[in-house]
Amino acid sequence: MAVFSGRYFFMIEIQNLSKTFKTADGDLEALKHIDLSIADGDIFGIIGMSGAGKSTLVRCINMLERPTEGTVCVDGVDLGQLSQKELRAQRRDITMIFQAFNLLMQRTCLKNVMFPLELLGMNRTEAKKKALELLEIVGLQDKAKAYPAQLSGGQQQRVAIARALTTNPKVLLCDEATSALDPNTTNSILELIKDINKRLGITVVVITHQMSVVESICKHVAILDMGEVVEQGTVEEVFSHPKSTAAKNLVFPEGEEGSFVVGNEGEHFIRVVYNGAYAAGKPMIARLAIEKGIEANISYASTKGISGKAFGTILLSISGDENTVKEAIAYLTTEPGIEAEEVEVNVQ
Amino acid sequence: MFSSIFTSEAFAEAWTIIKTQFPLALWETFYVTVLATAFAIIIGLPLGVLLVVGEKGGIKPMPKALMAVINFIINILRSVPFLILMILVFPLTRVIIGTTVGTVASIVPLVIAAFPFVARLVESCLREVNPNLIEMAQSTGATPFQIICKVMIPESVPSLISNFTVAITTILGYSAMSGIIGGGGLGKIAINYGYYRYKYLVMFLAVILLIILVQIFQSVGTKLAIKTDKRLKNQTVKKRS
Repeated sequence: MAVFSGRYFFMIEIQNLSKTFKTADGDLEALKHIDLSIADGDIFGIIGMSGAGKSTLVRCINMLERPTEGTVCVDGVDLGQLSQKELRAQRRDITMIFQAFNLLMQRTCLKNVMFPLELLGMNRTEAKKKALELLEIVGLQDKAKAYPAQLSGGQQQRVAIARALTTNPKVLLCDEATSALDPNTTNSILELIKDINKRLGITVVVITHQMSVVESICKHVAILDMGEVVEQGTVEEVFSHPKSTAAKNLVFPEGEEGSFVVGNEGEHFIRVVYNGAYAAGKPMIARLAIEKGIEANISYASTKGISGKAFGTILLSISGDENTVKEAIAYLTTEPGIEAEEVEVNVQ
Repeated sequence: MFSSIFTSEAFAEAWTIIKTQFPLALWETFYVTVLATAFAIIIGLPLGVLLVVGEKGGIKPMPKALMAVINFIINILRSVPFLILMILVFPLTRVIIGTTVGTVASIVPLVIAAFPFVARLVESCLREVNPNLIEMAQSTGATPFQIICKVMIPESVPSLISNFTVAITTILGYSAMSGIIGGGGLGKIAINYGYYRYKYLVMFLAVILLIILVQIFQSVGTKLAIKTDKRLKNQTVKKRS
């Protein structure tokens, strides 16, 4: 374990974590031998389809679910070894926001934000001061006296975020925190989370099934499928070169690249991989036609912009001989961050 | 048999009885009902909480045997008819009050009959609390006691009030029955004058007063339940208009 300036470099370390639920139909393995290390100050995405085990995994990080096997360490403390009382104290450092916001409906926003401090037995005036400060951070100081039912979904989630910050946590767990929100509200909540991560240095774990959420705020990502981590790494790495089927399904939800492309006799196909090229400003395909006189037809394309760089795949079909194909590949690969190769496609 | 009701003598007689008996009877019915409900809530509320938190998978699981015994006792008390229960609890009433007859003595069987009912009502209210909120409280580091006092009960206040209203009207009905064992109130008058002495006008008036009491309890309860319910979005709208 790497130690940096007296603090553990990895805020969360999950080792060989398994969780089995006993059901009427026998054992259900929700998580299988998960190993994850999440760096201090990171925004770490855990993405997967419904039923992949994401929610169970995040609940193992604060021990709402006791793992059947394996260890979870947060800031160097093995949570599995703690008594109930110690665990409750530890949970102040690992707070959580939820898909359904989970605000207490019979309390005002201010009282909701004060809730964790009330549990600690903090003096009322002090708690109120702190809660008002936090409501200001999330931009809702004017809603202090309102009840949650009077707020929009996005505002409710902001109150929930303020509540999650009252105990100065080290880790913020976001369990599908934006899944119930519209795209605009989602973006503003994600911006807020990003800002909190930057300003307060809180490690954020984002559980989601939405690619766009991971793309817009996460630095690292793990893909969870059937209770297993099938891929992990930086967001750029994983999303530009998805290796596992689960990752490919997430990155190309409309089907694996080119699987439905059917070629004609005499056609050649070139797969162009954008691997972080600053290609957006350069019309590569048009240049290919103008400068080399090679007409390429786009059979399939799926590209994404991640932090200003292009990632993804284009499948070009070219009529012509081997030399034309080689020329085209040579031309395309002069641009840094672009890879190209000829591929076989089913012929009609 | 009702032919003699509307004669002028009957009216005059009924009026005398009403003037002399009803104010006290109304007061007795009121305080017996309110006191019995209060005690039933004092015993039934913690019991109802225990039924929810103590079960397997609850926030503070209790020994299975204990839960089984509590459930069994509640079911037994719920199944004994009130008329029989009143007589069965005589020994207990004598220990607590010192006598088995009279208005105060009738509070004991009322509480015994009502607290298991209240416990079940509380149980069903608390089961309605959104389990996500309990999970939220647990993830915030709340103790089981804090979850009960700061989440489960406060969040179900509106439905608790509606259910306590059901309880108080039911207890009012039972209290009228306690006229049989010498408990005071409107029930006693309806039975003594109306039923035993064939003064049907008095009986009807006593029943009408009971109906009015039920109406008052019910509408106050409903208003209170709505007022405490902060989940209703239109509250601010109402204020503004």
